[in-house]
Amino acid sequence: MIKINNISKSFKGKQVLFDISGTFFKGKNNLIIGSSGTGKSVLLKNIVGLITPDLGDVKYNERSFINGSEQDRKQIRREIGMLFQGSALFDSKNIEENVKFPLDILTDFPEDEKIDRVNFCLERVGLVNINKKMPSEISGGMKKRVGIARAIVNKPNYLFCDEPNSGLDPQTGIKIDNLIKEITSEYLITTIIVTHDMNSVIEMGDHIMFLLEGKKLWEGTNDEITKSDLKELNDFVFATQLMKRMHLR
Amino acid sequence: MRSLGKYVIFMGSLFTRRETFNTYIRLITQECINVGYNSLFIVGIVSIFMGAVTTIQTAFNLVSPFIPDYVISLVVRDMAILELSPTIIAIIFAGKVGSSIAGELGTMRITEQIDALEVMGINASSYLVLPKVIACVIMYPMLVILSIFLILLGGYFAGTLTGILSSIDYLYGIRYEFIEFNITFAVIKALVFSFLIASISSYKGFFTTGGSLEVGKASTSAVTNSCIAVLLADYALAQLLMG
Repeated sequence: MIKINNISKSFKGKQVLFDISGTFFKGKNNLIIGSSGTGKSVLLKNIVGLITPDLGDVKYNERSFINGSEQDRKQIRREIGMLFQGSALFDSKNIEENVKFPLDILTDFPEDEKIDRVNFCLERVGLVNINKKMPSEISGGMKKRVGIARAIVNKPNYLFCDEPNSGLDPQTGIKIDNLIKEITSEYLITTIIVTHDMNSVIEMGDHIMFLLEGKKLWEGTNDEITKSDLKELNDFVFATQLMKRMHLR
Repeated sequence: MRSLGKYVIFMGSLFTRRETFNTYIRLITQECINVGYNSLFIVGIVSIFMGAVTTIQTAFNLVSPFIPDYVISLVVRDMAILELSPTIIAIIFAGKVGSSIAGELGTMRITEQIDALEVMGINASSYLVLPKVIACVIMYPMLVILSIFLILLGGYFAGTLTGILSSIDYLYGIRYEFIEFNITFAVIKALVFSFLIASISSYKGFFTTGGSLEVGKASTSAVTNSCIAVLLADYALAQLLMG
């Protein structure tokens, strides 16, 4: 479980996040949703420690990440896996080396064991016989899968996904969503996903936090989201014709 | 002043939260190949031609019959050791290696590869930049020594094949009143210049924000700033060690 308490952040005098608190639950797909430029990715970066908040704290199972010791932060970081928006695979390394990288840095497993783990994770995300390919030789969807394999290779307790299906066709996007959903329940990890894709919200939103202009406006489940009376939320949820028609039915 | 402060803090960050010794050995070896071995061709070509041109131009300017021929190679030798190899090759090195470092780190920054390292608990500046700086500091003095040799070789061929001076005069001149400290001076310059080029280029690349356009700007800025820093350091070292 991850708890965030009163997170505020500003850049060059412009406040981007306003006093955001909330809880992200273990074994659930926790979604942070909102329009582009509303502070979702900034909030995620505050949670994983890429940005330090001006105010507030982030607690991983009661261990403070912001105010804790360097040793605590190091330990928490070992338990984190993250899928980036652009996959963030290392260009100079092949697929196998990319997925093995966290094991090389964070563990002292024998090489055979690392390779077995890499192959297991690549198979788990549906990729075989691509170990020696370079990231530039595979498609966007495959890169996302490799990114997921790298994120789970060190058996994380927390998985973070920044717009996992952005830039993908709807079918591949759904496959990636389903994969994240399966991994979350299979490994019983706390997953936080930043997205503005309503398909993902409906498919996998066990727990949803809605942000608007850096403020948390709503929290609930995917069943509750379509029944809310909040105008700003409805404007976001029913922005597309498809969602409007689904709602009318 | 703010940039200077940020640069100093960045340099300090290279030595905090370090990885294992073996990790650095592997990375430094790889970087030595990138910055050293891969620069051999350009350094070789530039050095040979600089030697050849310097010999011909020195001979062209020494018109007095009272000046012996071996002075030509003596001048070429001292120019090579004191200025051409450490400084001019540093400008070439900044163009090739500096822009490559800034481009690589800038691309890693905008494609979130540096963020990925940070999320894994790796000090990205130490992991990515320290091996580059160490590799440059190891390899560049070697390139300078090689360059001095190739300048003298280029001068030898240009001088003897065109009949400007004899082989005996050339070899006599490059040995005549040789000051050993000049080599030490060249190596000191090489150490300082390589550190400046690697660290400034890394700094420019590491803090790139935006997109591919900014990566290009970071590369250009890395080369420009490195060259200015090299020239300022060149003057300061000359004043300190020879003034």
